[in-house]
Amino acid sequence: MTQVRDLTAAQAADAVRDGKLSATELFDAYRDAAAADELNAYLYVAEEPNVSGGDLHGVPLAVKDLFCTKGVISQSGSKILEGYKPPYTATVVENLEKAGAPLLGKTNQDEFAMGSSNENSAFGPVQNPWDRERVPGGSSGGSAAAVAAGTAPWALGTDTGGSIRQPAAMCGIVGLKPTYGAVSRFGMIAFASSLDQAGPLTRDVTDAALLLGHMVSKDPCDATSIGRPDEIALPRSHKLDGIRLGRPDDLSTEGVEPGVMEAYERTLKLAEDLGATIETCHLPHADHGISAYYVIAPAEASSNLARFDGVRYGLRSNGGDLLSMYTHTRHDGFGAEVKRRIMLGTYALSSGYYDAYYGRAQRVRTLIATDFKQAFENVDFVVTPTAPTTAFKIGELADDPLAMYLNDYFTVPMSLAGIPAISIPNGLSDGRPTGFQLAGPAFSESRILDAAYALEQAIGFDGSETRK
Amino acid sequence: MNYEPVIGLEIHVQLSTRTKMFCGCELSFGEPPNTRTCPVCLGLPGALPVANEEAIRLGLMIGLALECDLAPTSIFHRKNYFYPDLPKGYQISQYDEPLCRGGHLGDVRIHRVHLEEDAAKLVHAGSSGRIHGSEASVVDFNRGGTPLAEIVTEPDVRSAEQASEWLRLLRTTLRRLGVSDVNMEEGSLRCDANISIRPVGSQEFGTKTELKNMNSFRFIQRGIEAEIARQKGIVESGGQVEQETLHFDPATGSITSLRSKEEAHDYRYFPEPDLIPIAITEELLASARAALPELPAARAQRFESELGLSADTAKLLAFRTEYADFYEEALEGNGSEPVPLANWITNELTARLGDEDPQQSKVSPAALAQLVGLVSEKKVTNAGARQVLDKLVADGGDPAAIVEAEGLGALDDTGELDGAIDAALAANPDIAERLRSGDMKPMGVIIGHVMRETKGRADGGEVTRLVRSKLGL
Repeated sequence: MTQVRDLTAAQAADAVRDGKLSATELFDAYRDAAAADELNAYLYVAEEPNVSGGDLHGVPLAVKDLFCTKGVISQSGSKILEGYKPPYTATVVENLEKAGAPLLGKTNQDEFAMGSSNENSAFGPVQNPWDRERVPGGSSGGSAAAVAAGTAPWALGTDTGGSIRQPAAMCGIVGLKPTYGAVSRFGMIAFASSLDQAGPLTRDVTDAALLLGHMVSKDPCDATSIGRPDEIALPRSHKLDGIRLGRPDDLSTEGVEPGVMEAYERTLKLAEDLGATIETCHLPHADHGISAYYVIAPAEASSNLARFDGVRYGLRSNGGDLLSMYTHTRHDGFGAEVKRRIMLGTYALSSGYYDAYYGRAQRVRTLIATDFKQAFENVDFVVTPTAPTTAFKIGELADDPLAMYLNDYFTVPMSLAGIPAISIPNGLSDGRPTGFQLAGPAFSESRILDAAYALEQAIGFDGSETRK
Repeated sequence: MNYEPVIGLEIHVQLSTRTKMFCGCELSFGEPPNTRTCPVCLGLPGALPVANEEAIRLGLMIGLALECDLAPTSIFHRKNYFYPDLPKGYQISQYDEPLCRGGHLGDVRIHRVHLEEDAAKLVHAGSSGRIHGSEASVVDFNRGGTPLAEIVTEPDVRSAEQASEWLRLLRTTLRRLGVSDVNMEEGSLRCDANISIRPVGSQEFGTKTELKNMNSFRFIQRGIEAEIARQKGIVESGGQVEQETLHFDPATGSITSLRSKEEAHDYRYFPEPDLIPIAITEELLASARAALPELPAARAQRFESELGLSADTAKLLAFRTEYADFYEEALEGNGSEPVPLANWITNELTARLGDEDPQQSKVSPAALAQLVGLVSEKKVTNAGARQVLDKLVADGGDPAAIVEAEGLGALDDTGELDGAIDAALAANPDIAERLRSGDMKPMGVIIGHVMRETKGRADGGEVTRLVRSKLGL
């Protein structure tokens, strides 16, 4: 069965289409592998495929826990939603089911997508298949680990400040955060509404393009969804002739692991060999991204998570009266990081503090978006390391939330600007994968995928070791 | 010292859209609990709101009718607080960029009009009827998410009576617009009042209290009166009014505190990130304009200038749409005179029908027009016509036929009238003597006598004329 799982998702779809592989055999191979998963990547594994046929020919899909799937647990990694089965399916999952990707399972994640290590899951941490003592990154850690371990051909994640790109980098796979609004958020259990965006976690760039192409839609159920003006083409470029890559001089490389920097420099060199030019670009406000993000995201989260009150669904811890029911339920149901962010966000929105925190953070956000707009007048893509470090040990940063937040340093500015960005594996540092991030203007996904594909071919990263 | 109340009103109006404010559920009219719900209005995880364009159009119609400034773009905010009738833990409302600002209705200025969603309905088990002390509470989410327009006035109202009168005008205007059922008992029109008092002549505002959710015009007037009296009592005994939210109990007339200033919520308003700004398109605005009917104030003006009604009568009719409609229909029927017809409606018909809708009564507009025509032609006297109207209200029918059947036709046979007058003079010799000596004051006694004898069929003017001629005056 190993052979079946050696195929990329695109190859598997082709094999089924050409009659070389049965969709049942394909599903069973992954179902068995997912059921035997030892990384704690899955919170649920399906018995049977729920759809077949379509453009994706039955290639099964692992889905992050926070996507609502009708009749199947959707808990967003939280005890407060333990066992919760929604009565409806998220638009993006529905789009993919219609395209012929059956649900393989639901993957573990940081609670309500708050975290960079998957240690904040109420259902236990996920192990990194490259080193079981280390985290897979987060918050889409289960999806990233499953794809890297070959127990899923591909997976859905969500990215609010780096939650697709950072775990992709730490697990040696490809992760793409689309333009805000390209993919419907309807049915995604919200963390921060103005930042959340679903995206693919895949073995290679081609799979990312294939999956993304079937995810995007303008959804009448999501007022902020725009869809995409053009089709996502499968990437084929092997050259980067005339492509200008912008290396931001305003983002500090202090604190970046030497092996990560080395891999970054090597990739830039390769890009030049492929015909690209490397130019310095300016993002004068991007350095404040983390500060702005950790006001805006918790503020929205504090409101988004108010619905978990024990009244209608999920956990209810009874108290003597209404107020104690609320406080007991939320005390028992939320983990420490979620509580921390609810308090941060509640404070930031409080009367008398709003302007100093939320108002100011929004102004910084606008400035960062303008920085990128101006940068893209001179360069095609902005390139950075995806994360400052490779995967760290489970528990290593557990007592240092600030250090954990800094993991998002390179990914948060793009989230604030609402622009698309991809992370591709570009080497190893101390035997652990590193990631290379390419970000482009809004709706430049096809061009990003093309450039990433050319780099991917030149880098020749081999992730097959972890799939054995 | 004399005190003057300063009152501002906040009115919540349920809009008559087909579906809810942010989801596709149809509005509920007494369906079984929790049958008009979906993931969005239940606040299920992952569900997102989408604004109802029809609600925005109705909001614009209100803005146009109240002569507000309409914002080219406005945004929704989240108003955050916990309560079981609020499934998301926040209400989607509008805050510092509402749909409409400014404007006026009559002599009360409008501060703003904004859109929001209604809360669900809570039912408390146990004796208290309130959530505190109840054994259990259940929630019906059918009402949750119903579109609301909140209309906020400037503090221009100076008495409880004015508040109640102005609200009647507002209700008529909204009903005429067709944007709401405006039924206070069913809660489709709800009113809160902000009340303070100050020494007459002072320009400063006193500390205000907010009186919540009074569900009839009578309760509004009584509630505000009670609160003004309470505040006067406090100030006159040297105390200070506390800023708080109050509840008026119409059954006992008592006012109790719901929460003090310290307990006031910090709603942590912020722009709703799940929605895009409302941009008012030309099409939407044109469609709202096209749907605007003639409004009560303009209608009153027209009744006055074109039909010659007095200002009071014109308002009495125009501010009660159902009577104005009845009036205009009656005018169309035959060529009856606008002024007497209006007077018959405002003086006689309203007294007989009370709050009943005249269109639902047994009196048809054409029948009333005919009756007023009979009076004008002196075929029936005013007193006779009142008896005909009593019959019409009770049983309906044709006025001429009733006059015929009941023998209520005016006495044009002077023989019969002569006889009645002679009899009246004979029965009241002392009165006759006084009249003869030029003292006309007791003429009414004779007229009354004649009227009694003729069952109101005599015309008072005619009786006077005949008496004078008989007595040689």
